[in-house]
Amino acid sequence: MSAEIGGVRVGDSPRRVGGHGRVTGLQRYVADLHLPDELHARLVTVPVARARIIAIDASAAERAPGVRFVMTAADLPQPMPRFGPQFRDRPVIAVGETKYHGDPVAAVVAETRDAAEAAVALVRVEYEELPAVFTIAAALDPGAPLVQDPSLRPGDPLASTNVLREHRVGWGDVDAATADLVVENRYTFPMVTHFAIEPHAFVAAPDGDGIAVWSSIQHPNWLQKILAQILGLPLSRVRVFAPDPGGGFGGKQHTKYEPLVALMALRAGRPVRLVLTLEETFQAVRRAAAEVRVRTGFMADGTLAFQDIAADYLIGAYADIADRVVGKGSYPGCGPYRVPAARILARSVLSHTVPSTAFRGFGNPQVNWAVESNLDAGALALGIDRLELRLRNVARRGEAFIPFDTPADGHWEQPLRRAAELIGWGTPLPPGHGRGIALGIKSGPTTGLSYATVRLLVDGSVIVFAGTSDMGQGARTVFAQIAAQELGAPLDWVTVVMGDTSVVPYDQQTSASRSTVLMGNAVLAACREIQAKLRAMAARLHGLAEASVGVDRGVVRLPGRDLTVLEVLVPGLGRLGGELVGNGEMRKDAEPDHPLGGSAAFFEFNCTAVEASVDEETGDVTIARYVTVSDVGKAINPLQVRMQDEGAAIQGLGHTLMEHYVFDETGRIRNLGAIDYRIPTSLDLPLEIVSEIIENEDGPGPYGSKGMSEGALLCVASAVGAAVREAIGVPIRDLPLTPERVWRALQERP
Amino acid sequence: MSDLIPIRVTVNGRARAFDVAAHHTLLEVLRDDLQLTGTKECCLVGECGACTVRLDGRIVDSCLVLAVESDGGEVTTVEGLAPEGGLSRLQAAFLDEGAVQCGFCIPGQVMAADDLLGRVARPTVAEIHEGLAGNLCRCGCYEQITAAVKAAAEAGPG
Repeated sequence: MSAEIGGVRVGDSPRRVGGHGRVTGLQRYVADLHLPDELHARLVTVPVARARIIAIDASAAERAPGVRFVMTAADLPQPMPRFGPQFRDRPVIAVGETKYHGDPVAAVVAETRDAAEAAVALVRVEYEELPAVFTIAAALDPGAPLVQDPSLRPGDPLASTNVLREHRVGWGDVDAATADLVVENRYTFPMVTHFAIEPHAFVAAPDGDGIAVWSSIQHPNWLQKILAQILGLPLSRVRVFAPDPGGGFGGKQHTKYEPLVALMALRAGRPVRLVLTLEETFQAVRRAAAEVRVRTGFMADGTLAFQDIAADYLIGAYADIADRVVGKGSYPGCGPYRVPAARILARSVLSHTVPSTAFRGFGNPQVNWAVESNLDAGALALGIDRLELRLRNVARRGEAFIPFDTPADGHWEQPLRRAAELIGWGTPLPPGHGRGIALGIKSGPTTGLSYATVRLLVDGSVIVFAGTSDMGQGARTVFAQIAAQELGAPLDWVTVVMGDTSVVPYDQQTSASRSTVLMGNAVLAACREIQAKLRAMAARLHGLAEASVGVDRGVVRLPGRDLTVLEVLVPGLGRLGGELVGNGEMRKDAEPDHPLGGSAAFFEFNCTAVEASVDEETGDVTIARYVTVSDVGKAINPLQVRMQDEGAAIQGLGHTLMEHYVFDETGRIRNLGAIDYRIPTSLDLPLEIVSEIIENEDGPGPYGSKGMSEGALLCVASAVGAAVREAIGVPIRDLPLTPERVWRALQERP
Repeated sequence: MSDLIPIRVTVNGRARAFDVAAHHTLLEVLRDDLQLTGTKECCLVGECGACTVRLDGRIVDSCLVLAVESDGGEVTTVEGLAPEGGLSRLQAAFLDEGAVQCGFCIPGQVMAADDLLGRVARPTVAEIHEGLAGNLCRCGCYEQITAAVKAAAEAGPG
């Protein structure tokens, strides 16, 4: 007798869990939630970047119909509470001065959104514009005004500069290294914004002796901790609800206006909601711009002699997680190659601009653009094929390509060869076309802690509690597939509960493409604990030794016969019914001596290859064919993997071809909003996109999986830039490759 | 703060009569007064398409239409596309082809795609790209959305 159960398993691509609500409009994002008796908040800003706040007169606003109160720094606890994931430098609301265009100085709370909006115009802010810095050069000028008050940086030798931190990593002796060819260039990467289609939204409500906060946040547990600190509450009295975000991409990792909204709700004694406009999200989150100088040493046969990289990242006025972005993003800057000597210096440069934060790729695309482009420059100078040069240098599996980190954890030459094959590398090209190929690598999570609880109910259905945020990457589906496979339940009998810190066990965060590996392993461990209980149950029911009972893919295997889970569970639980509960934990501890505080749990690895053509009249770039190949270890849901890879590619085409903030002389963002800041649409796609994956089941996640959500974005610009270079015959070292920039390069072509 | 104006609108087949502020958009009325939150709010300048609904047979960005302009009209939102609890062929195709990631743009995408298929039974890839060019997807599902529209077209109306 066989008890094989059909249905969805790991490796299948079922419909997305939560997909039904998303296509019918029934999915509830934060802004779709309404609490009884709620108030509406709007932010008050000044029309410059840096200003001394002389006085705020809110009396007219507070007399306006429907207005409950106006909150300013003076109404908040003194000294002003500050918070931040790395440094506690961000005030709940601007105090003394504003530091970037959009830094709120006050917030209006009213009965309706209209009333709040109208009252914003009645708040009189007297201010004096102050000198400010918006570029790397200006910020590093010895006479530059300081972005951060040095008193916030006690004992820091850099406190009287705008360099927040320097990150140095390296090996070998770069200065003593000899090379047959040295290529040195400077590359720039633009300031871009996440532009999640869901603007950030926050709701807070007094909740007994504590607070309940709803936020479109990726890290609810981190938010809970910060709110507890600021409000002086135990964690157990801070309940964070994190409904699935409508796109995150890193921009919703960290706390923004939740402390302000929570304090306003406590003051009002009523729920308060703040839904940002798209323009306000541009002023809340962005990616760090960068200027990267690379000096690469090559031997005549194309092997690398050294890499010498100096990267300045333009971060914003508050650190947020930006300094970690700089350190972690520049760290694998030499790429997935065997480099005998390396020196990487990366600096976080503060400026009076929107605080930069995590953004898919986490600081890697900036350096990748420079280093991969410089490899091409060397290959051209040496007369070596660009693919061949990469094949000669790419680390083989097990090689310690970064001497003090996890060795190469994939057969990385496979994606490289496959992408080359798919793009037709080496075959003739039409006139005006060019090809490029590039590799991207990113260090996965360096620490991690995820708990999961799984409940197998008496009817065989399953509830998974996992604190990951599903912002579109599909974590719900992945966890459901794991539980369905391990416990023999149909997929639609598995419910995944997320986003409630009072109910769901702790998860460190949803970032670094970690959740399939770290939370996935925790879910798997919880299922295995239930399997152990089922084995014991079956042994007891059938008078067998536990060791003779197995549980495999939801089938209980006794000597000579198989039973379904239900055939064991129902008699095993007995007349009172009940359930089996399993707990799982996945921990990756810190390594204090490691430059990043921990080695990589895995590396994300991608090869992108592009064929592009350029319209010589207009400078417009058309991507004729786009190939992306990622090493994912094992695709638990191959369709979702493809969506993540292709989505990352299209998102990367934004910073490659069209996106960048434009500032005026006062530091105001001139292209604020969807009309003037363009992201890729269905008319901006490559004519053809091919995505494939490499699966060697050699990752640390369930069934050999690796994390993969960012890999395909890492080297988009590098591959496209290389193709454009071949098409037009000259390099462009500044992004984005707008028609104007490409056209100018064509005009200046020798 | 402003005068209320009575309007009558048929929303998803149901006749509604209520008072709206003169400056309120159709989007605000749908979301705030009728609690039809499937229609999403993002750019508010008619560029992102997240608020797409059908008004009197043509699709509009509901953020750019004053509620009073819909007086006497007929509105269909994403909630009205399929029978209760079910999916239209297009919605099912979106799920089967993997066109949905975060999902925030999807109501607008589905409305725009539904309109396209109402006008062009078997659209080409270029027609789909053109027809949905006003609907941004930051997750970058355009290839899958295109595949879903094609699949739904091939499956025929329903």
